[in-house]
Parts: sequence; C-alpha cells; structure tokens
Amino acid sequence: MLKVEEQTPVQFSSELLAKFDDVKSRYPEGKQKSALLPLLHLVQAEFLWVPTSAMDKIAEYLNIQPIEVYEVATFYTMYFLKPQGKFALEVCRTGPCCLVGAEKILDHLENKLGIKEGEVTADGLFSFRGVECLAACGFGPVLQISPEYTFYENLTTESVDKLIEDLKNK
Amino acid sequence: MSRKLLLEHINVPGINTLEVYRQKGGYRAVEKALKTLTPEEVVEEVKKSGLRGRGGAGFPTGMKWSFLAKPEGVARYLVCNADESEPGTFKDRYLMTYIPHALIEGMIVSSFALGAKVSYIYVRGEMMPQIRILEKAIAEAKAAGWLGKNILGTGYDLELYVQPGGGAYICGEETALLESLEGKRGNPRIKPPFPAIAGLYGCPTVVNNVESIAAVVPIINDGGEEYAKIGIGRSTGTKLISASGNLVKPGVYEIELGLPVEEFIYSDEYCGGIANGKKLKATVAGGSSVPILPANLTLKYANGEPRLMSYESLSEGGFATGTMMGSGGFIAFDEDQCIVRNTWNFARFYHHESCGQCSPCREGTGWMEKILHKIEHGHGTIEDVDLLWDVQRKIEGNTICPLGDAAAWPVASAIRHFRDEFEWHIKEPIKSQSQNYGLANYATPIEKAPVTEEK
Repeated sequence: MLKVEEQTPVQFSSELLAKFDDVKSRYPEGKQKSALLPLLHLVQAEFLWVPTSAMDKIAEYLNIQPIEVYEVATFYTMYFLKPQGKFALEVCRTGPCCLVGAEKILDHLENKLGIKEGEVTADGLFSFRGVECLAACGFGPVLQISPEYTFYENLTTESVDKLIEDLKNK
Repeated sequence: MSRKLLLEHINVPGINTLEVYRQKGGYRAVEKALKTLTPEEVVEEVKKSGLRGRGGAGFPTGMKWSFLAKPEGVARYLVCNADESEPGTFKDRYLMTYIPHALIEGMIVSSFALGAKVSYIYVRGEMMPQIRILEKAIAEAKAAGWLGKNILGTGYDLELYVQPGGGAYICGEETALLESLEGKRGNPRIKPPFPAIAGLYGCPTVVNNVESIAAVVPIINDGGEEYAKIGIGRSTGTKLISASGNLVKPGVYEIELGLPVEEFIYSDEYCGGIANGKKLKATVAGGSSVPILPANLTLKYANGEPRLMSYESLSEGGFATGTMMGSGGFIAFDEDQCIVRNTWNFARFYHHESCGQCSPCREGTGWMEKILHKIEHGHGTIEDVDLLWDVQRKIEGNTICPLGDAAAWPVASAIRHFRDEFEWHIKEPIKSQSQNYGLANYATPIEKAPVTEEK
C-alpha cells in the first residue's frame, strides 16, 4: 500500500533529466503523460525503487497531478513502492513454470537467503518474490533480476546457488 | 520439413543485425511496398492472404485494417502489441530477441499501408533486454534510411518508438494497452467506439500482435495469394507455436497450419514426445485462457477423427469437446501433474491480473482462487465444485473485456473434463496431499465422448 506521507528526498541528476527529455519527445504535443511508465522505469533503475517524492517530481515534470502518478505506480506490478535488495530476484510462479519445478526454486531461495518473499537480506543485497508469467514458458523455471532485467532460464537449485555466489562477488 | 516464413533464418549467425538481415533478403518488402504499391494495394494483399490475428482472437488482419477511419487532417496510429503475457506463450519474445528486424520491417510496411506517421511497439516492461534489442535495431534501420524522413526517397515519413509496459497482463487487451500507452492505468475501454475509430489519443488506431505484423513481410514479398496457399481452409499461412510443459523439446516452432496435433507432440521435428517417457494427461492448446483438454480429445475429435493445429480444428466440438487456437501457447501435462493444482494456479494468475473494473471479474476471480486453494489443500466439499461452476458461469460474458472469460474457461473446462479428480481431492483429503490422481478416467481413449451442451 502506498504511504503518501513517507518522504525520501530524491534529486534527479541532469543525466536522468536528459533521458526524461528524450522519452517525452516521442509523443505528440500535449500528450506528454504517455511518458509516465517509461519515466517510472528510469527512476526505478536509478534508485532501485520508486519513492513517493520521486513520483511528485515526475508529476511536476510532466505537468500532471501527483495522484495521476500514484494511481499508475500502484496499478502496475513492476514498480517497487518500498526499497528492495540490490538484486531483486523475480521467479515466475505461473502454471507452465510450475510444471517444471518453479515452486522448488522459490522454496530453495527462501532457505538459501534466509528471508521470506518480499523481505530484504540483512546485507541489503537480495530480495525475491514470485511473479506471474514472464513469457519464457518453454525454458522454465526462469527468473529475472531487476533493474537490468537480466534473465536466467532452465534453473536448477545448483544453478541458483551459483548465481547467488556470482552476484555476491559482483 | 514444413515451410518456414518467419523463422527461416533464425539460426544464421548475426541475423539480429541489419547487415546480415539484409543479406538474407531483409527489407525487400519495404522496397516493394513503398516503391511499387499503394497503401490500398498493401491492405488488399493482406486481405487476400487470409492472415488472422496471431495474438489470440484470430480476427482477419486485412479486415481489421480496412475498418480504420481516415478522416482528413487527423493522425492515424499503428501500435504493435508486444505485451506477451498469456501463460504458455513466448513466441513474440523469441522473435524479437533473435530477428528484431522482421518486426521492424513489418512495422514499416504496415504503417505505410495504414498511413501512420508515428508508430509504437508496446513491449511488456519485464522484457527490458528485448526493448534494448529493438531500440538498437531501430537505430540501425534509421541510420540506413529505412526509417525517418522521406524513406527511400518516396516521400513517406515514419518514426518508430518502443514503449515499455509496467507489468500488467491486462495491457495485452488492446484498449487497455492504449490506456497504458497514454500513461494511465490499464483499464479496458467500453467498446464501441473501437480503436479503428477512436484509439490512441482519440485518433484512428490499429493494434496488431507482433507475429501478425511480422507475417506481413512474407505476404508482401510473395503475394497474398501465395501465402493463402499454405495452411488449411480459413487457417492460412504458418503459425508460431510456443510449446511448454512436460515435453522432450519445448520451444518455439513454426508450423504450417493444419499439422496433426499428434505429429506436433510426438514427431522429432517438433516436440519429440512427452519428457521422461511419461504419458500425456492433458493439454492447454492455445495459452492458459483456452479450455484444457484431456489427452484423447487433444489428439482426436469425439468422433475419432484426428485433430489438427488450425483455428477450426482445435475448436471442433465447441467447448464440450474442443478448445481454441488462442495465441498458440501449447502446454502439455504429463501423468504426474495435478489438474486441481494447475487450475488453482491459473485462477490465482487471473485474480492477480484482474484490473478490478468489473465486479464479476474482480470478485469472481478471487472467489475461484479461494475455492480451488481449499480443494487443493484437502478442505473442499462436494458443494464447492458446484459453487465453482456457478461462479465461473457468472463471470463469463459479464465483463467489459475478455479477461473474465479467460478466467472462467480454464476452470469450467477443468471441471468438465476432470471432475473425477476434483471429487477425489475432496473424498481423499489426506491422500491427495501426498499423492497425485494420475491419468484421469477421461484421459484414456474412450469410444464416444459425451457431446452435451453444458451452458
């Protein structure tokens, strides 16, 4: 649930604002609100989540009401409304992936990382959650890691262990 | 070996680059369309091809194009639907990953046919790697003069942009997609007006699936009539099938429509049979929304004739004994899989993805998920099965968009064909926690399946 009172001050760098300008130029005059979803992605890539104060600044940039940003940020599942681990692991938990062992991967992550779905490890490195179909059903089980959305297919508990070790050393 | 129109060069190293794509004959369709055909002639070729929308609905693409309103002085838009999220479907991701230029070439030809000067490819947000691939390919095409101002000196201008979604299945519904592209929540619009009259920014708009747009390329290269010679009946051309589940070789296959289902599952050219030497229990032939069928009805009609991979053949027998082509997401279940658990999983998916606009869907999908959770975990009663049937019937047809139907059909078909398995979970609550039901009674070949209208 979105807590509007929760304010984490953010600054948008000039590089980020330049990216905003590039996105905004893709739409006709007066239709700049179309840039909202891409802008939220850019903010999340920068801060690893979307603080309410960033939403307010986006509203100001696009010349729309803050509520127009809140309602979008809370509707779509990709935007994190609270801080995540540096590596946010998202495992597909929908039918076809479950036929080939996705539930085992989720259980394994829970044991391996010692956290429940939605929590962050004490070192701040990892969080994980189950997500709905990632459109890679033939290569399941699969997981993706935001903010780059790098993709890992045909997972086994061994390959997940190796992935976690690799990420720790990154 | 069947003909490949979309994936012919998929294994050529570097086919994702403009240079190699050109060497293999890429962008010929753009040259042909822009230099030798009028927009109306391109639409005519697509009509002749009999191409049907590859996103799931199967509506003839040429006809959809001909509905586009063309008021003077008003912009028109082509929007590509790359919000591939239907469980079991992953063909568009595959196509965009390996041959991005096939989609871009199709977008240029289709935009020309529709008179669009700005077109968008709406890609689901999770596909960031594919978005990067497409943006790179668009930059390549633009630098080479295939996009931008005065393409090939013909005076035709086109800008093409990639738009990321935010992770919402509902945005695959075309009006929800347009809402999302306008920077709003993905709530489907009430139709009419259809997007062909009032779509993006209130302007006439066509929304087409990735595969439909890519198929325009071979249609223009070889002519609509040639394309229509492939396939069977009103199911013309080739179709990408995403095969997943318990198969020896899951993956994306391009088939000529009309291929026997049995050949698709068992031949080495395609899926190579069921993994680990198991038996086939059931299939979902067209993505999670379409009715699940037991093995016998997957391979043959109720009257024993072989079932084919085509729009008509897959729906033969109606919902009593048939299913649908959908988006071509073919999911195979082996004898170890639990139908109740899978139905619960799908119900959870639809509950999660319901936009919440219509009460039957918002409330009904959650209700179905809860009942199925209860049955799966050994707390169900016989009345729950009837309640589940009742709930799904009250969702179907009572919502603005087809997500309600899509949520109801998998539940209805699971009860229709696998009621014995649901009842076993209820009668054997303890056993069902440690064992699976195995092959259903209905899944073994029977003489004659009951053909009764259950609506």
